[in-house]
Amino acid sequence: MQSAPSSPCSFKTLLILILTALLLPLAGPGHAEDPKAQFTEGTTLLIQGDFEQKRNGIQKIATSGDKRAKAVLMALQDGNLFLVKKDNTLVYANTENSPVDIMSVFSGDVLKSVKKRKLKKITINNTLRTQLKDVLAKIDLNSPDAKVREEAVNKLAVSLTPESSGLLSELLETETNSDVRDALTTAMAIADLRSPDNEKKLLALSRLQGNLNPTVRNEIQRLISEKQDISIRNKAESVLSTIEAKTTLYGLAETIFFGLSLGSVLVLAAIGLAITFGVIGVINMAHGELIMLGAYTTYVMQQMLPNSIGIALFLSIPAAFIVSGLTGIVIERSVIRFLYGRPLETLLATFGVSLILQQAVRSVFSPLNRSVASPAWMSGSLQINPILSLTTNRITILIFSLLVFTGLYLLLKKSSIGLQVRAVSQNRNMARAMGIRAAKVDALTFGLGSGIAGIAGVALSQLTNVGPNLGQAYIIDSFMVVVFGGVGNLWGTLIGGLSLGVANKFLEPWAGAVLAKILILVFIILFIQKRPQGLFPQKGRAAG
Amino acid sequence: MKSKLIAISVACALTIGTLFSSQVMAAETIKVGILHSLSGTMAISETTLKDTMLMLIDEQNKKGGLLGKQLEAVVVDPASDWPLFAEKARELIEKEKVAAVFGCWTSVSRKSVLPVFEELNNLLFYPVQYEGEESSQNVFYTGAAPNQQAIPAVDYLMNDMGVKRWVLAGTDYVYPRTTNKILEAYLKAKGVAAEDIMINYTPFGHSDWQSIVADIKKFGSLGKKTAVVSTINGDANVPFYKELGNQGITADNIPVVAFSVGEEELSGIDTKPLVGHLAAWNYFMSVDSESNDAFIESWQKFIKSEKRVTNDPMEAHYIGFNMWIKAVEKAGTTDPSAVQDAIIGVTVPNLSGGYSAMMPNHHITKPVLIGEIQDNGQFEVVWQTAGMVVGDAWSDFLEGSKDLISDWRKPLSCGNYNVKSGKCSGQQ
Repeated sequence: MQSAPSSPCSFKTLLILILTALLLPLAGPGHAEDPKAQFTEGTTLLIQGDFEQKRNGIQKIATSGDKRAKAVLMALQDGNLFLVKKDNTLVYANTENSPVDIMSVFSGDVLKSVKKRKLKKITINNTLRTQLKDVLAKIDLNSPDAKVREEAVNKLAVSLTPESSGLLSELLETETNSDVRDALTTAMAIADLRSPDNEKKLLALSRLQGNLNPTVRNEIQRLISEKQDISIRNKAESVLSTIEAKTTLYGLAETIFFGLSLGSVLVLAAIGLAITFGVIGVINMAHGELIMLGAYTTYVMQQMLPNSIGIALFLSIPAAFIVSGLTGIVIERSVIRFLYGRPLETLLATFGVSLILQQAVRSVFSPLNRSVASPAWMSGSLQINPILSLTTNRITILIFSLLVFTGLYLLLKKSSIGLQVRAVSQNRNMARAMGIRAAKVDALTFGLGSGIAGIAGVALSQLTNVGPNLGQAYIIDSFMVVVFGGVGNLWGTLIGGLSLGVANKFLEPWAGAVLAKILILVFIILFIQKRPQGLFPQKGRAAG
Repeated sequence: MKSKLIAISVACALTIGTLFSSQVMAAETIKVGILHSLSGTMAISETTLKDTMLMLIDEQNKKGGLLGKQLEAVVVDPASDWPLFAEKARELIEKEKVAAVFGCWTSVSRKSVLPVFEELNNLLFYPVQYEGEESSQNVFYTGAAPNQQAIPAVDYLMNDMGVKRWVLAGTDYVYPRTTNKILEAYLKAKGVAAEDIMINYTPFGHSDWQSIVADIKKFGSLGKKTAVVSTINGDANVPFYKELGNQGITADNIPVVAFSVGEEELSGIDTKPLVGHLAAWNYFMSVDSESNDAFIESWQKFIKSEKRVTNDPMEAHYIGFNMWIKAVEKAGTTDPSAVQDAIIGVTVPNLSGGYSAMMPNHHITKPVLIGEIQDNGQFEVVWQTAGMVVGDAWSDFLEGSKDLISDWRKPLSCGNYNVKSGKCSGQQ
């Protein structure tokens, strides 16, 4: 698992990090005669300098060999290095708490906490960030953590210099971890591709057979574009073709994953509608706004539990179900029940309700988007190999969507309320004759569909903007999925949603995002002409 | 009896009249129209500008108003509905008789009200960066033209960051399409090969960025330094940046420079994964100047929240409003034709510590700033133009527009004068 870089969550962890960093042995190339003096000189440049001076400062610190160098550079990279305005002392700080706890860079003493305004951040820009990554990678080559070493090697492999390849070959002698050894041999092979010796080149090429590292591919392509021996050129081309075959295969896997993940979002958004539209036949234009309410519930839950975002997210699932479900029941009891059997009026009335809900949210929460945070375990991606990585938030939502589907399916098939719902939807009069209170079942069904929409809102809050317009973006797609899958059929919604998602993602690279959407819409129109009942038409008497 | 009463009341009226003539005069106000969407999709951006205008008018009134009269704001809500913009503009001018209108955000709304302003001869101050290729006698463009935002940003990436491959990503409508057309022509003129440019458009509010971001990643993995120039609009940015973060694209491998992402947009996102990505504007809230400090302070006091941020279009309204005030004072009247003549050459302080001037092409001079996103949702300026850049209505990099100039001073008075043929076509 590779997760996005996140700053340490408290001052304590920061301290521990810095202290461990201090204890690490440093291997800067070319140790200075007096590490301390050079270190001090470097930090002075950091304090006063413009970006150019800071650049020199970083170089000085990195090569000083001083024990504190890594900690300073890491803090600089993470934005934790500050200057106390009053006396120009350089300190580590984490400004999330107020007053801010600070620790002196030079002495390592914890100083008296100060107000945020008394500190000035040492800023960096992209050039410096790249430089920092590079120097830290060199330092990281000696890290005790194999994962860190491997990453450091990969970072250096992108832009090998004679100096750094020398460093890497030295490391290969002593390295024991097999992953790191692999990374090192790849890096060495890349270096060999540039050597004037043809034998070496051939050997390197056979070692790089099927290697998916993007640097490898670029280097081989460069090799082919240059003038080469015919044997080397042939070898390079064959190696490149094995790499490209693999790349295409993984590209296909990636597209299918993207499609399934888009499809799972469609299923989540549409499944509530499949119940209200499919089971009781109400065209509910306010469905999107019920999704939006679910997303806002997530926001409110996170505001109430600001320190445990993950827990808030879990609690949001039942909370959103209740909020949207109750709103749904209120809409059903106050508007829709008077309009059963009059689809046009229902459509207009629920459209009105959707506008009311939107404007209500605008008045309560302001028209600005609200920020809903993602817990750490939902950001970043699962690295399968150098060219295929699956983002964790999408995987989570794919699984979540399948769970919601299963839950709903079991509810409708196995529970007594499910039985009543199906009975009313199949033959209202007969069901009433059997003693089912149809009006109550209608309200409950509508509430259930709306509640599921709320749950979809919780998931969507992790992917997109939480704002008053959230619902509008999904209402068309939801209807599309339900109509395509077959009205009143949950399986149809699942298969329909997933296949539309995959089709969309296959079309997208070829036609562009705008045209892909249009093509899908045209396809559905044609499909409905041919099969007005959708993918899975209802059979028997209920079909009428 | 009756006549006595009348006599008394007439006498009273006369005394009051002479005593309080100045107050009676002041009760007559100058109306200023505010045409920003307060509901619908664009409310997210435009509501703030309405509040900015209310604050500016309020402050001007405290300073004694204009020409001895108080200003009165007339707020209408065009509800993000483009044809409604034209109707509301007509209502403001014909029914409310406003002296000038401050408003619009999207280019399509501006295009919708343009004929109304030209027909009824009123003034529109338009505060948002736009695609250029337009100059109307009745519109003052206080936002950036492409040469005040896009071109300098590309220059910065090319010269200072050594970018060789370009992704031009935008939302599918007129501003990104025109800007990207200009940028593509500009890049090609600078010797960038066609295969090093990737252009991508997405629908409004696009939220599924997986495959596009994966494509960008692939496009950027070919060993040459790659950057994304983003004209992605408003809402779609949040999922876009989230996906970038999740797929591990950071600013030091593929930087993204955005033209539509400001402090306001960032206030809805966790910016930690975005640190180092760039934006090009003419103003940042973090700009260090006394006028900016004062502006931020009065804004947060007016809106009663210390959390609210300021952004570039707000500064554009600040400049536009002050220019209009100065021009009216110079002309001595609010008559639109007189103000049109008077405002050219008017210079007012901007918020980044310099002075902006209204040029004869109805565009203004501005500095161009490039900022990097910080983890607190603010921008840190990393580069800026040496002096002020003059807004260019007609791009020098597009066929058909490079020979055009705009000059609304008499006797030329033409929005699209062709310097080659010596003719003024259309707008005049």
